[in-house]
Amino acid sequence: MQKVIESTDISKAFGSTKALNDITFSVDESEIFGLIGPDGAGKTTLFRIIATLLRPDNGEMKVLGQDCITGFKELRRNIGYMPGRFSLYQDLTVEENLNFYATVFGTTVKENYDLISDIYSHIEPFKKRLTGKLSGGMKQKLALSCALIHKPKLLILDEPTTGVDAVSRYEFWAMLAKLRQHNITIIVSTPYMDEAMRCDRVALIQNGLILSVAPPQKIRDGFSRKLFMIKASEKYKLIIALRKYPGTVTAYPFGDSVHVTFSDDRIDESLFRFLSEEGLSNVTAGETEAGIEDRFLELMEKGATA
Amino acid sequence: MNEKVIYVKNLVKKFGSFVANDNLSFEVFGGEIFGFLGANGAGKTTAIRILSGLSSPTSGEVFVAGINASKNPEEIKKQIGYMSQKFSLYEDLTVKENIMLYGGIYGLSKSLIKERTDNLLEKLNFREYGDKLIAALPLGLRQKLAFSIAVFHEPKIVFLDEPTGGVDPITRRQFWEMIYETAARGITVFVTTHYMDEAEYCDRISIMSEGKIVALDTPENLKKLYNAGTVEEVFIKIARPVNN
Repeated sequence: MQKVIESTDISKAFGSTKALNDITFSVDESEIFGLIGPDGAGKTTLFRIIATLLRPDNGEMKVLGQDCITGFKELRRNIGYMPGRFSLYQDLTVEENLNFYATVFGTTVKENYDLISDIYSHIEPFKKRLTGKLSGGMKQKLALSCALIHKPKLLILDEPTTGVDAVSRYEFWAMLAKLRQHNITIIVSTPYMDEAMRCDRVALIQNGLILSVAPPQKIRDGFSRKLFMIKASEKYKLIIALRKYPGTVTAYPFGDSVHVTFSDDRIDESLFRFLSEEGLSNVTAGETEAGIEDRFLELMEKGATA
Repeated sequence: MNEKVIYVKNLVKKFGSFVANDNLSFEVFGGEIFGFLGANGAGKTTAIRILSGLSSPTSGEVFVAGINASKNPEEIKKQIGYMSQKFSLYEDLTVKENIMLYGGIYGLSKSLIKERTDNLLEKLNFREYGDKLIAALPLGLRQKLAFSIAVFHEPKIVFLDEPTGGVDPITRRQFWEMIYETAARGITVFVTTHYMDEAEYCDRISIMSEGKIVALDTPENLKKLYNAGTVEEVFIKIARPVNN
């Protein structure tokens, strides 16, 4: 299978800030590849290098078999890029923006309509509306339509779901899954761990370093200890008490519970006795499956102590 | 805990013929962490502007920290704190200058500002950063500082807009622990967010759709009620807007 992206030892610094450190990974054809990491991890810098908008300091970036520096002209015809910041013309109508992007790439809306119809049909009733007057969810759909209108082989989506409500996010991921039928490879970034499960493979990135690359289920399976979920009526007190308990290795709040690991990987009566002595009531505890975020926390901690 | 810090009864807000808030009624208690959710355009921002004294209701009763929002919106502003993930601190001022600015705006005396600044920097392990520009601080530290400054004047209630969006998982958890600690001191925390995993941390949540509150309960009860594994599933089941 042809590699759509091959990144080898890519590094990039801005002044004394190392944005990317020896980034090596590859993306296969027709894959949905997720880049998951917090703000400032280096996601946008990496995407700008892939999109031929920024040159790396070191390393080699090959996209669709071409070098990103020498082959940029050819590449730009085959890449669709949706930047994190909304960048369509706010003072053009929906229809005008779409026509503009089609024309720039030497095509027409009609020619590639089947590719965008699923997405564009949601906003087509508003095609005479100024883009600046659209809601967040509609802007996002228009931006995706414009990034697709020249039928790219690679679609680069930089945080497409940031600031968008949960319903629109859900619909957006359903659209991406459908695009796979058109043999479009997608690389998408997000700061939200739960979106990782929707990708074929994900790379966890933090401080310019890739911590792990694998299918999301494999990343979860990589969690090295038994994980327990503990609840009590007094949440904050519970966290403090668990950190005091001698057998605790880690204790992190997770929604309405605390995710805890113990040095002997089990819970016994002494824990319940301890928590009761600390004044906690309605304590429940049980083993739970680690999620992507649990594994990310574990990898970050290892990075911090290494 | 039973003090009603927010009391809203039959709140209606209209813009022309458009009903942005359609007969809202709810209460939030002292020391509670309350999640205020809804799709884009559901009417959350309108309601928060009223709760923070920036806009007045068309009809209905709204009391915040015991103050009538229709009669005394200016008084409300003194009793609340606000922090957003998008804007928080002045980047070209130092940590101490930012604290002094906010403390001054809320009318704290110089000596009180100094005393609380020392305590705050000590508590956050921030001593070395006191004279650094905000621009030089890592994002995680900035967010923690922004939150601390939002409650620096010891408000009755603090409004947080997507407080931990985009922050790394460790910082995020430290941040939520600060929120728990603040709530345990009796300050009410009112969180708005698009991210349903943030909602899971709240004591109770409400979900708005098309100007109305369509659900209000603890995350656990809502998950049971809608037979869902996560708050996100609950949200998708009931908050679907008509167009986009």
